Parts: sequence; structure tokens; C-alpha cells
Amino acid sequence: MKLVKNLMRDLKTAALVASVSIMSSNYVHADEEIKVGVLFSQTGGLSIVEKSLASATMMAIEEINEAGGVNGMIIKPILEDGASDPKTFNEKVSKLVIRDRVATVFGGYTSASRKAMLPVIERRKNLLFYPTFYEGFECSKNVVYTGSVPNQQLNNYIPYLVNTLGKKKFFIVGSNYVFPKEMAKVAKKLIEENGAEWVGDDYLELGHSEWGSMVRKIKDSGADIVLSNVVGDSIIAFYREFANQGISQADIPIASTVTSEIEVAALGGRFAAGSYTSFPYFQAIDTAENKAFIERYQAYTKDANAVTHHAMESAYSGVYLWAAAIEKSGDVTPEGIRDAVKGVSQETPSGLMTVSRDNLHTSMTPRIAQWQEDGQGLIVDEYDSPVLPLPYSAYGETAESLYCSESGLDSSKL
Amino acid sequence: MLDTVFIGLSLGSVLLLVALGLSIVYGSMGVINMAHGELVMIGAYTAVLSQIYLDINLFAAIPLAFVICAGLGLLIEKLVIRRLYNRLFDTLLATWGVAILLQQAIRLEFGLSFFGIHVDGLGPGLQSVTVPKVLSEPIMLGDFVLQPYRTFIILISIVLAAFTWFLMYRTRIGQQVRAIMRNKEMAAACGIDVKKINALTFAYGSGLAGVAGVMMSGFKTVMPDMGSAMVVDGFLVVVVGGVGSLVGSIVASGVLGQLTSFVAFFSNDIIARAVVFAVVICIIVWRPRGLFNYKGR
Repeated sequence: MKLVKNLMRDLKTAALVASVSIMSSNYVHADEEIKVGVLFSQTGGLSIVEKSLASATMMAIEEINEAGGVNGMIIKPILEDGASDPKTFNEKVSKLVIRDRVATVFGGYTSASRKAMLPVIERRKNLLFYPTFYEGFECSKNVVYTGSVPNQQLNNYIPYLVNTLGKKKFFIVGSNYVFPKEMAKVAKKLIEENGAEWVGDDYLELGHSEWGSMVRKIKDSGADIVLSNVVGDSIIAFYREFANQGISQADIPIASTVTSEIEVAALGGRFAAGSYTSFPYFQAIDTAENKAFIERYQAYTKDANAVTHHAMESAYSGVYLWAAAIEKSGDVTPEGIRDAVKGVSQETPSGLMTVSRDNLHTSMTPRIAQWQEDGQGLIVDEYDSPVLPLPYSAYGETAESLYCSESGLDSSKL
Repeated sequence: MLDTVFIGLSLGSVLLLVALGLSIVYGSMGVINMAHGELVMIGAYTAVLSQIYLDINLFAAIPLAFVICAGLGLLIEKLVIRRLYNRLFDTLLATWGVAILLQQAIRLEFGLSFFGIHVDGLGPGLQSVTVPKVLSEPIMLGDFVLQPYRTFIILISIVLAAFTWFLMYRTRIGQQVRAIMRNKEMAAACGIDVKKINALTFAYGSGLAGVAGVMMSGFKTVMPDMGSAMVVDGFLVVVVGGVGSLVGSIVASGVLGQLTSFVAFFSNDIIARAVVFAVVICIIVWRPRGLFNYKGR
């Protein structure tokens, strides 16, 4: 019975694929519109961050439309809600790709939601713009990654912590899932390469908010710095417990790869002051372009206190990279856009971003900020040029020996 | 060692704060209140909003949250629970529905976000509460760090437990509540207004949740779904302690708190959580009615 059902489903899929491919020249409508999907969680626990990503994407689309569209074509966004649930992401992306026949989907925040969208996007040969910093270890021909990968967050970070701050003993702490574990893997390698050591590597479940025992363990471990890959709401409880147990950020600073303006605002600047984060973008970047961006965003969200942060800036800039690709080639099929976006560069609030020809990840400029009492970062270190993305750096990938190239993943190197 | 005991005590007091209200409501009314965690959340938001709009500190938010949550509890009892007496599974579902409604109300800023209006302190975001200086500066006693905020939570939970005990065992209303716990029909036959007493009990339980929320707001993250995880822990305590038993709740939260703290110290928090669940299962197998159960007649 099951077999029959599966067969039926496969047949249906085949029929659908056939009909879609016949009509696929229809991504542009008679009235010169390009349909794109915007898929983030508007509800549920993750909507905290994802709403800002959706707003940033929509703002970029509106800006482009107001300036006359892409090659004279108006972008028509179809906004969907992923409801903080990977299954919903899968259903909604199917709807966007199959029924709405969008040219591109902008969406996804967690790795779980990306993995849920991936099969649909790849099978239908559509295109996903994924704006979040993530753990790497992916080489899809149908995804453009506009967030940073571990080497763009850690390659300057660990040397800075070891050499400039003089920290020698790392305690690595994270939420218990794939991103923090992969980050820890890259970090350990870099820590040892730089002549320091790590004295602890511990995890708490996602959403855990009782940090008493863990912070005590950090205190007892003799570590002089904490590398935190803790995500989500746990961050707030963590930093507060740190202060409550009488640990000063001046003695044992928390160096995070996740804590952004959003969490610091919720945390209260006092608890974050003195700690570090590494990202390519901070609200504090002192350029006219960034200041104008922040102003536009606050006006767009009608919230004068709205903060800007790395993932949302990547979401915003991703739309511009996408538009630049279409302007270059004029092709608005997903595969046409994918081919045109290779090597495209764009001046963004975080500096120059370039999509890599090889792995469709984006090169950007790593920065390190120290958080201040006012909830803003003070940029203490900055690369002078953008850094190439290496999604497989945890497994030994270097700029000279790429694992993921235009021809696909070279699994013999893994 | 002292540190570990202190953290355990603190964990236990947090558990007790949440479980106290649950235990009373479950014990006297036989209602499993799935919305209890959301009432804790409303209490936490009371602290956030009162800080933004009324400019009052955490201490003043405690009675305010008690009143607001008790009022909300009264409303929930009048609108939903009253109509579902003696239908355990229906109340379970109905209160769960209430929980989702409360969560979404906060997340959607009571519907204002549909009109593009943003209210500071509401919405899906993370909120922060400023803790008074007295409670945030750690005190060093030699090697031992005394955390004033955790100490404050421990004190508050002791005070609330004592006050609840006083209410239950030294006042007329408490006597009536205990009578209803033992046998509702007989209590009604003796002239006790069961409906009124139940409404008051539910309101009191909800008020306690509100106070718990204010206390949580100081060191946990305030956000719309903060309550759902807490209610699970609360039920663990109620089940282990024995339904409707005040002493049971206190002992159970103390034991589970210390257990978590010690296991977390020797291994880690993830194992600690697993051990806690294993122990709870063993206790339920060994004593299905909890450590200190009340005999209904």
C-alpha cells in the first residue's frame, strides 16, 4: 500500500515537474513583475529575530522598487510565515516554489529551517538566499549564503583574544546543537595553533535559562576567557548569571560568536559591557552608508529604538546582490540568477560583499567589537579587506585548497 | 560545596515559586492548569511594563503582579474553568488554549501590531528588567559568593510558603478549601459555597504565579513563551510532592533543586535534567500518589 502511495506521489511529482518546466519561462509576468518569496518566522519563539530579517528584506525590496525596480521590473514579494517550525518552512517553501513559481526565496534563520527548505529548493532547481551566519559544511548549487561562516568569525577572533588580550585558557560553552559544536571544532584548532589551550567544552540545551552550575564550573576551571556559542534567549540568563556570581568581564571576558545588538538590548548594556563579539557587521560601524541604513530601518519599522545586526544586514544586502545579478544578465530564471550572481560585488553597510564563484558564499570583512554600557559595540579590530568564505574550514579547507568549488563538493578531501 | 548547596537551594526555591500556585489549584479543584506558566509570564511582563510606564522598581511590581494575575485568574475561572468542573481532560485542553491565547496576546501586542502600532515592552522580542542595585551586587563572604538576587528569591519563596500555610491552616477560608479538597460534595452539603471558594483559590494560585513571574524577570529572559517550560517543572514538583500537599511541594522542590545542582556540578546540566526525570519516574512508580499525599474521602 505504502509502495503504491509512494509511486503515486512520485508520478504526481514527475507530472508536476514536467508541467512546471514547460511553464518555467514564465517567471516574468506580462506586467513586468518578478515574484520572490520572503519566508521567515512571523510567529513563535524565533520571531524575535526573524521578524527583523523579514523587515530588512522587505525594506530592501521596497527601496529597489521605489528606485524603479530591477531592469524596469517591479519586485513582487510574497511574504510567508515559517512559524518557528522547520516543517512549516518546508510546506511554505513548496508553496512558494510550486504554486507561486517565485524566482527566488529569501528566507531562513536557523540551520534546521534551512535544511528543511533545501530538498525542495534543490529538487525544483530554485534559488534560496540564506542570510544567517551558520556552521558551514554545506555546498549547495541552489543556495546563496550571505551570512558569515566560521572562518569569517573566528580566524581573526582567536588570534586577537590570544595575542592582543593575552588570554591563554579558553572555556568553550554553547547550546547543544550543530552550530555551536561546529564552531567549537574550528575554535579548538585555532586556539591550539595560536599556542593557547582550552580547559572546558560544555553544552546546555537550547532555551536553557538556569546558568548557576555552569558559571560556577567556568569559575572553577581556571579559564581566563569564555568562548560562547550560546544562542537565543539563554544568552540573557548567561550574562546575568556571570555578573551575579561576581565575575567581572575585565577578568574573564565572554567572547561570543552569536550575541548581537538584539540580545545586548534585551540584556541591558551593563551586563554585556566589556564582553566581545565577532561579526562582519555591527550597528556601530562608523560610515555614512551605515548611518543612513540605520535611519532608514528605524523609519521603516516605525521604532526609533530598533537595532540593526549582522543577520538582518545580510538579509538586506542579499536582496541588493540579487538585484545586481539580474541587472548584469537580465535573466530572471532561478538558474540564470544563480549563474549571474557569481562574482557579483556590492557596497553594503558592512563594506564590500562579493559572492564567491566557487561556493556561493559571500566574502565580507570580519570585525570584533567590545560591548559598551550603552548597548553598542566599540569596534576594536577589523580586517582591512574582505575575507574569503571557507564553509569547510573545520575540516581543513583553505583558500588554496577549496573543498567546495563550482563543480561541486570534492568529498575525497573531507 | 557550599556554593553547590546554595545553587540547589536557589533552584529549589524557583521550582517552589512556580509549583505553589499549581499545587493549590490542582489539589483543591482538580484542575490541571496548563496556563499557569503563562500567568508567570504575565507576571514577568507586569514587571517589564511597570518599569517602563510607571517607573517603579522590582519590589513594587510584586504586589502589582499579584493583583493583576489574581484578577486574570478570576476571569479565567469565571469564563472557562467554572463551566468544565469534573471534566479533567476538558479543563486540560481549555487551559492550554488559554495559555496559547495569552502568549499570542503578548506577542501580537494585544492585536495592536496588526495596525502597525508598537508598544514598548510587548511584542515577540526579548525584554529586560533592571534589577535594583541592592540585589545585583554580589557579596563576598571569604570564598563564598552570596548572590543577593538568588537569596531574595529564596526568602520570597519561604515567605509565600509560610503565608500560604497560614491561609490554609489558620483562616476560615483555608479551612473551607481543605474541606473541599477532602470531599467536595460533603463540603457543599455543610453550607460551603464551593463555587466562590474555588474561584478565590484559583485567583490566589494565579496571583502566586504573578509573583513568581516578577522574580523570574530579574534573572531569566522575559519573552512570550518563557512560561511553557516552567509549567513542566512545576508539575514535576506537584506530582512528586503529592497533590495538594504544601509540605510535599516544599520537600519535592528542595530535593529536585539539590539533585539538579549536584549532578550538574559533577557532570553537566543536560545529564542533571535526565537524572531528575529518572528520579521522578522512580518516585511515581514507588509512590503513585506522591511523597506526601492527602487522602480524599
